Amino acid sequence: MPQWKDTKLSRCVQRSAAGPMPRLESGAWSCSCAARARHAARPGEAAPKADAMQSPSPSAGRAEREASGGAATTWRQHLVQRSVVLFVVGAFMALVLNLLQIQRNVTLFPDEVIATLFSSAWWVPPCCGTAAAVVGLLYPCIDSHLGEPHKFKREWASVMRCIAVFVGINHASAKLDFANNVQLSLTLAALSLGLWWTFDRSRSGLGLGITIAFVATLITQFLVYNGVYQYTSPDFLYIRSWLPCIFFSGGVTVGNIGRQLAMVIIV
Amino acid sequence: MTLTEKLRERISRAFYNHGLLCASYPIPIILFTGLCILACCYPLLKLPLPGTGPVEFSTPVKDYFPPSPDVVSQQGDLSERPDWYVGAPVAYIQQIFVKATVSPWQKNFLAVDVFRSPLSRVFQLVEEIRNHALRDSSGVKSLEEVCLQVTDLLPGLKKLRNLLPEHGCLLLSPGNFWQNDRERFNADPDIIKTIHQHEPKALQTSATLKDLLFGLPGKYSGVNLYNRKRVVSYTVTLGLQRYDSRFLSSLRSRLKLLHPSPNCTLREDSIVHVHFKEEIGIAELIPLVTTYIILFAYIYFSTRKIDMVKSKWGLALAAVVTVLSSLLMSVGLCTLFGLTPTLNGGSVPVSFREIFPYLVVVIGLENVLVLTKSVVSTPVDLEVKLRIAQGLSNESWSIMKNMATELGIILIGYFTLVPAIQEFCLFAVVGLVSDFFLQMLFFTTVLSIDIRRMELADLNKRLPAEACLPPAKPASRSQRYERQPAVRPATPHTITLQPSSFRNLRLPKRLRVIYFFARTRLAQRLIMLSENQTQQREQQAGLEPLGRLETNQHSWAQGPEGRGNGQTELGTEAEVTWGAEDEEIWRKLSFRHWPSLFSYYNITLAKRYISILPAIPVTLYLNPQEALEVRHPQEANRYHPFLSSSGGKLNAEAQPDQTSSRLQGHRDVTLYKVAALGLASGILLVLLLFCLYRLLCPKNYGQNGLSHSRRRRGDLPCDDYGYSPPETEIVPLVLRGHLMDIECLASDGMLLVSCCLVGQIRVWDAQTGDCLTVIPKPRLRRDSSGIFDYQESWDHSPDGKTGLDDSFESSHQLKRMLSPPQPPLFCDQPDLTSLIDTNFSEQVKVAESEPRLRAVGGRQKEAGYDFSSLVGKVYEEHSTSNCMNFGGLSAPHGQAGFCVGGSTARSLGCGSEEGGCGGRRRSLGDESLSGFDKSSPLPSWGGDFESSVWSLDLQGNLIVAGRSNGKLEVWDAIEGTLRSSNDESQSGITALVFLNNRIVAARLNGSLDFFSLETHTSLNHLQFRGAPSRSSIPSSPLFSSSDVIVCQLTHTVSCAHQKPITALKAAAGRLVTGSQDHTLRVFRLEDSCCLFTLQGHSGAITAVYIDQTMVLASGGQDGAICLWDVLTGSKVSHMYAHRGDVTSLTCTTSCVISSGLDDVISIWDRSSGIKLYSIQQEMGCGSSLGVISDNLLVTGGQGCVSFWDIGYGDLLQTVYLGKSNESQPARQILVLENAAIVCNFGSELSLVYVPSVLEKLD
Repeated sequence: MPQWKDTKLSRCVQRSAAGPMPRLESGAWSCSCAARARHAARPGEAAPKADAMQSPSPSAGRAEREASGGAATTWRQHLVQRSVVLFVVGAFMALVLNLLQIQRNVTLFPDEVIATLFSSAWWVPPCCGTAAAVVGLLYPCIDSHLGEPHKFKREWASVMRCIAVFVGINHASAKLDFANNVQLSLTLAALSLGLWWTFDRSRSGLGLGITIAFVATLITQFLVYNGVYQYTSPDFLYIRSWLPCIFFSGGVTVGNIGRQLAMVIIV
Repeated sequence: MTLTEKLRERISRAFYNHGLLCASYPIPIILFTGLCILACCYPLLKLPLPGTGPVEFSTPVKDYFPPSPDVVSQQGDLSERPDWYVGAPVAYIQQIFVKATVSPWQKNFLAVDVFRSPLSRVFQLVEEIRNHALRDSSGVKSLEEVCLQVTDLLPGLKKLRNLLPEHGCLLLSPGNFWQNDRERFNADPDIIKTIHQHEPKALQTSATLKDLLFGLPGKYSGVNLYNRKRVVSYTVTLGLQRYDSRFLSSLRSRLKLLHPSPNCTLREDSIVHVHFKEEIGIAELIPLVTTYIILFAYIYFSTRKIDMVKSKWGLALAAVVTVLSSLLMSVGLCTLFGLTPTLNGGSVPVSFREIFPYLVVVIGLENVLVLTKSVVSTPVDLEVKLRIAQGLSNESWSIMKNMATELGIILIGYFTLVPAIQEFCLFAVVGLVSDFFLQMLFFTTVLSIDIRRMELADLNKRLPAEACLPPAKPASRSQRYERQPAVRPATPHTITLQPSSFRNLRLPKRLRVIYFFARTRLAQRLIMLSENQTQQREQQAGLEPLGRLETNQHSWAQGPEGRGNGQTELGTEAEVTWGAEDEEIWRKLSFRHWPSLFSYYNITLAKRYISILPAIPVTLYLNPQEALEVRHPQEANRYHPFLSSSGGKLNAEAQPDQTSSRLQGHRDVTLYKVAALGLASGILLVLLLFCLYRLLCPKNYGQNGLSHSRRRRGDLPCDDYGYSPPETEIVPLVLRGHLMDIECLASDGMLLVSCCLVGQIRVWDAQTGDCLTVIPKPRLRRDSSGIFDYQESWDHSPDGKTGLDDSFESSHQLKRMLSPPQPPLFCDQPDLTSLIDTNFSEQVKVAESEPRLRAVGGRQKEAGYDFSSLVGKVYEEHSTSNCMNFGGLSAPHGQAGFCVGGSTARSLGCGSEEGGCGGRRRSLGDESLSGFDKSSPLPSWGGDFESSVWSLDLQGNLIVAGRSNGKLEVWDAIEGTLRSSNDESQSGITALVFLNNRIVAARLNGSLDFFSLETHTSLNHLQFRGAPSRSSIPSSPLFSSSDVIVCQLTHTVSCAHQKPITALKAAAGRLVTGSQDHTLRVFRLEDSCCLFTLQGHSGAITAVYIDQTMVLASGGQDGAICLWDVLTGSKVSHMYAHRGDVTSLTCTTSCVISSGLDDVISIWDRSSGIKLYSIQQEMGCGSSLGVISDNLLVTGGQGCVSFWDIGYGDLLQTVYLGKSNESQPARQILVLENAAIVCNFGSELSLVYVPSVLEKLD
């Protein structure tokens, strides 16, 4: 019963942990974004891949034209658009994954359904949404900063697959009975590495994922140490040892979404 | 390395053979696959459906003992025992079914009296049950010992705290409404209100409190104001922990003794065990639904990439079917081998429902898509079989590699040793293998059928076209724009032909609706549904008389008894009957009744079972005194006397019937409400989706122009909305003079140069339409021998086109006959001139290097021989080349300047020429070149009429013409004089570019020659230096007529392409060549250095476009358009545009406009590669298009031109160009700078000025 609570809190912490980091380097970040906008103005480079271009929104063409117009305001609009989408996705995932952890069998009355849906603290979905937005914006920015555009499997179908696998990892962590914690953690670690290898395969993605996992774990430890909340059966100092894996795969997934969004909305 | 190569080759060959097999026998293979699927899914039939409905199993009461928890020990005794029937149940349910009535009934009784007194007896009954104890030898056994002890209610259920028992036996009765306190009951003024106060307002899904406490559905209880039978039923429900048969039988016998129900026919011989499936709460449902949403999004995003097939939806369906049935097969196979004990949730708490989306995602649709893409991108003109086979073998290696990788990953997952993951992996492995099997057999076959269907459709569509067209490519594809009027997912594996009536005529909408109804048999189904219901009702009605019959019998039987009691005078006697409908009354409860009851105490019934013991019937008869005693004082005021039978009807209607009628109609009304709500929300959803779609897709891409069917002659052209824009008719300037069809057109705004098939070049003033110059000059023709005249007459003669051989023969003979008498007149004829000249002046010098023939000719000449034989040979040659020209003419190609279709004929002609007398020709070239240095070339050079002009360009006053015999000529446009010429190569010039003082010629043998024009007169040297040849302004250099212009070959790229160069364009300092060898090359103009070789087409390149912004577009015979970045040489996008060749290609700042052999003009978004719309052209006008400005497009039609707004695809105006041209299609359109349009109608040119309306609009 109480396990889901732990996971929920930790997830939230993960998202919020990624929060302060980009704000520190927001200066460098915005300038890199401006450079990217300038890149986008060149018609030849703006189109990385044919099938990716054919993929989603009909507004892509218009967006590109506007971008080549060189207006900084449109760039900001795109940024806002992307962050809104990422925020919504993050908040929704937080709610759903919380529910995944809830092991209650029957819900009786409609008002209780709503209660279940918002059983987490009110600040959880906004926090997760914000963190998702930040991580999702961070990934494409770092890509452009490093100058290695991410070209591996750039299409929505692949992103959907990635999300499904991420939900599956969460599902596994919530539902499966493992012999011991070490086995659980090792399995999840393998799964999340597999996720990265299948859907990302970029060094920057790996590095950023590991950084996020590390920082988030550190912050979780700190919070638990200070008694904000606690885990029922801690096996890794104060927390569960599979938490970093979940953080890692979450980071990779959100980064994947962010990259795809960046490509769709900019190109 | 070699091993992998070998393996690769072997796999690819195997796949190739397999593809051939699949495409050859589609139907048997599909049948076989279907059988395989069914066979593999057969074991699934044994599995219970994964629903949540409970499962029952009954055992006789006699010598019942609870099943032991050990499975193995039970194997023997009962074979049909379900596997869940293991261990003790959660609880035994003992219901005491009470039927009570007030008897005899007095007329002045109130409606409440029907149930008040019967309910009051429940307290007594409960006391009796509670205090029952079994006294036997072993001691006293009370109910407390056997009953199910319950603890606290869940914390969320504070409202029910006083109503449901806590900390004690689970004993439920209607008395719980009053806390089992009789005093409270007596003090209660309104029983119905008390009972219904906990009823939920909304639609209830789980059991209500009333159902729980009464133990039977509310409508059977009889607790309402309109109970005509005046029988009240309720149950006392008792939950037991242990089954103690002696205790229970003692309880039963005691109750029967106290409250005998003599006419009871309830069976008491079996215990029913009810097993409950796993529960799905909302909390679990939402993640589940989310995973399924993600799954569907994945499927959507995957299948939308399927393209270029006949039925996109059909293939998408086939892909999904492939994956799903492979999963089903895997489950079936696993079940067959007994590997799946946990499918419906056993020891592992993960059910198949949950892992299913993950399985689909793991197996994925990728291979299917890759397969489709690969097959679709094979050359169209191949046979279907070969296409499938090639597509398969192309992707074989990657498919195998992917499969191996996935299997490896899953194998690793198997070593986690976690049972759930192992199970998942097992499913996934079997699923992957069966998916591979289905892909190879099922999907490939469906794909082959689809592609064959597409070609059939194309064939049907193009049949009239082929009747009058030259043999074009028979196979063509790109179905994207040609959608069916009503897109419906056709079943992929059957070739469905719509009934002819639907296919041919467009029905009015009403009729179509009716046909729809007829097709779906909606009305019949509705009628059947209602019939079913009435039948059910009749069955029920049939049961009732039976019951009534029983009642009557009993009443007869009981009648005397009642009379014996002496109470008849009080009123009608009532009796309680037990019928078939009372059998196992709990079955009528909601199946969620027991789970929800136990869930209040935090006991789950999921995957467990309860045993329901046979109910104990209790019949209570209450006398009127009792009823009167318990009556509450307020009730007498509120309720009128209950009038039974007919008399009460009026009153009953007059009664204020708030509660009761609402109760009766409760269920029905909620049903209607739900239906209405569902309907409303459905409509809302559709509207919302529609709005969303409109919002997201303001431009309906690909929709414009779809409705354009091929315009019939005389039909008014109209746009999508049926709006026919104003038509105008103007009389264009008709430029006549050409004898044959015009092949090449060139213009620089001021001058217009045209060239017809016989090689006559005419220069026109683009403003006035005057013919300025004819090359060769008319006077030359007059001077020359009869050849020209003859040639002309031959052109006009009708038989010249019909019998080529005959005319060739006759002309040959005629020439032989003609030639001897007029030898001196041949001085104008180039070949003869050269012959004569060389023989006289430079015979000694050249003799060594000349071919033998030459020397022989010279000797003959010296000897004073009549050289008619030599001349005859030349003539023969001449006529041959002419013949070739006509051969090219008879097939009306010549749409484009250098159409590929005609090039075969040309190359033939060229080859024969080369083979015939290459040597002589070379000598001629050498001479003319050497002659340039010393003296000016002959001003009266009449041109080489043996060869046709294949390419033409104009700049300033100079015309550059490339001929089929490889000669490059520079003519003065005004004076009509040959300024320079170069014929170093014999390979025909297929395309040339004239930029500043630079000429680039592309040749048939794939080589590329760079020439530069230089003046060699000292007088004008300075002037020429001043000419903008070195400046960056691309204005044309004006060469004065007195200059001597030398065309010098500066560089040759001898092997630019392997095959003939078909397209050549230059802009922005780059030169782009496209060739039949499927590649493009980009050269730098300055140093003719090759920068990139662009590969990406799967057919010969037919059209190339490049502009100053370095955007390069190319179109090929494969119907594809590629956009390239000239800076980096990378492919920007790749679109499948046309079925058949792309014939011309041009770009504006935002669009790419292409036309193809399929007579469709398509407009694409340049940045995204999305098709905006397409315009169906008339036959033969396919490539006639021109861009006037950035948003104005002009296309040609039968004797007319149409103007379109590029941005929106609107037809602005159609201009008819006089009556005379009506029969002729506009073959070519050239847009001049002064907004005039030149249309090519066969041998005529029409000069049209853009109508003023459009100028305003522009």
